[in-house]
Amino acid sequence: MPKYTSLSQIQTALHQGDTTLAAIVAYYLTQIEAAQALNAYVEVFAEEALQRAHALDARFRDDPAAVGPLFGMVISIKDVLCYAEHEVTAGSRMLAGFRSLFSATAVERLLAADAIIIGRTNCDEFAMGSSNENSCYGPVKNAADPTKVPGGSSGGAAVSVQADTCLAALGTDTGGSVRQPAAFCGVIGFKPSYGRISRHGLLAYGSSFDQVGIFAHSIADTALLLEIMAGPDAFDSTAGTSPVEAYSQHLQFAGKAKIAYLAPALHHEGLDEGVRAAALAFIDQLRAKGHTVEPIDFDYLDYIIPAYYVLTTAEASSNLARYDGVRYGYRSPAATSLDATYKKSRTEGFGAEVKRRIMLGTFVLSAGYYDAYYTKAQQVRRLIFDKTRAILSDFDFILMPAAPTTAWALGEKTDNPVAMYLADIFTVQANMVGMPAISLPVTQHPNGLPIGLQLMANQWQEQRLLAFSNEVMLNIL
Amino acid sequence: MIDENLISRLEELARLELSPEEKKALLHELQNILALVEKMEELDTTGVEPLIYINENLSALREDVIAHQVSREDALRNAPDSDGTFFKVPKVIDLK
Repeated sequence: MPKYTSLSQIQTALHQGDTTLAAIVAYYLTQIEAAQALNAYVEVFAEEALQRAHALDARFRDDPAAVGPLFGMVISIKDVLCYAEHEVTAGSRMLAGFRSLFSATAVERLLAADAIIIGRTNCDEFAMGSSNENSCYGPVKNAADPTKVPGGSSGGAAVSVQADTCLAALGTDTGGSVRQPAAFCGVIGFKPSYGRISRHGLLAYGSSFDQVGIFAHSIADTALLLEIMAGPDAFDSTAGTSPVEAYSQHLQFAGKAKIAYLAPALHHEGLDEGVRAAALAFIDQLRAKGHTVEPIDFDYLDYIIPAYYVLTTAEASSNLARYDGVRYGYRSPAATSLDATYKKSRTEGFGAEVKRRIMLGTFVLSAGYYDAYYTKAQQVRRLIFDKTRAILSDFDFILMPAAPTTAWALGEKTDNPVAMYLADIFTVQANMVGMPAISLPVTQHPNGLPIGLQLMANQWQEQRLLAFSNEVMLNIL
Repeated sequence: MIDENLISRLEELARLELSPEEKKALLHELQNILALVEKMEELDTTGVEPLIYINENLSALREDVIAHQVSREDALRNAPDSDGTFFKVPKVIDLK
């Protein structure tokens, strides 16, 4: 069990004088030390975190009202989020030694609210992967069983919370990279609506999908972190202008929810029996509390993955064109001409999975294929968007497993294409349609590993989604 | 047509060089993409407006003022090679 599971516990202890922020940071640093074998962190900001804690403690002693709402929050950030004057590498050799000139808007807002950033966490290279094995720093291990993967791409972020090395973590979610590792590690993982949190300072993978997400032990912390990071940003024209509510103040869910689940997904042969049983048991629990849960059909299920695959590889090939060995990043010492500088730097700097996706995206976007592939996928995306919206005008939430299995073994090549296909289906839909979704740690599999179930809501409905998630965590499970 | 020539062209466009094994795997992957596209072809999308921006109602214009500037020194800080004023790259034009 983690020492603290919510910010309010820490703040109460600080207000009662039972502890100091410096002592809390010291505790987490000890925990990081103890969990080193899990490889969750690529860099720990030990000294500066302690210094900042001492400064905040002093300010708090002078005037308890002079500290921000995140006083006591110790958080890790995924190695794709910029933090001024700190290294950020996206788990890639390409960016070794790169120091950011500015902070991501999400990070900036956390700091302004007096959070402490304790380190940056390991991830799949440029957030491409679902097991955190594609990192130049080596794989991350699951704290529930170190022979298992933590999921990905935000695997280090998930483990940093799971192993009690910080209270919360920032990850990013392009196709499930927060929710799937959260499910594998038994913590809460939340992806807001596309554009709810600015992407400024997030190293881009698929720009029309990427979104900053949160790992935490409590819905209250998830809600508070969201409300502080969310909102319009002059540096991101795609950031939503929909009003940011005081999510953490409205976590009581009134009335009964109407929930849909996708029948073909839940009855799919590739779904692990233990996960299916957990989902069915959860449906029973919801019904026992008076909520409505109904199966629905979804004709577009088989089209989600093809469209997602085409669009994200295309966006990746475009976004990663900037890494050319000229202004920043790795430059091959073997290059003697400008063209060779581009080619050799990219070939030597990128890992295999990144190169694979760039090549596929280049194909999708190359002359003669653009309309047939890319435009077609965008049209399919519209159909999926409209249909999902229609479902969510009749229902409050869509319920799905967050992953079709529990965490698999490190190094185990998943040779079950059906399971891989399903793996993406559950999480990708929320990114395809830009809607908020959350993975809740509902139970344990008979094999002892955590199981996460996922709830998705309509665009900008974070308030209801978080309130209902709170109801689930406190009164249903 | 998906063959070695296409792969060479894609390598050129992406400014990447693949190993023989990577090329072989890519041939297979490109066939998969065709299968995915074929799957999408099942859907009639005549007249469907492509979804390009998820948040389509945004018009986030701001005042046209200079902002978010960095100093030359900072801009060059992460460069693999510079002369303190410009980024440096190997020779672009060979005059011989």
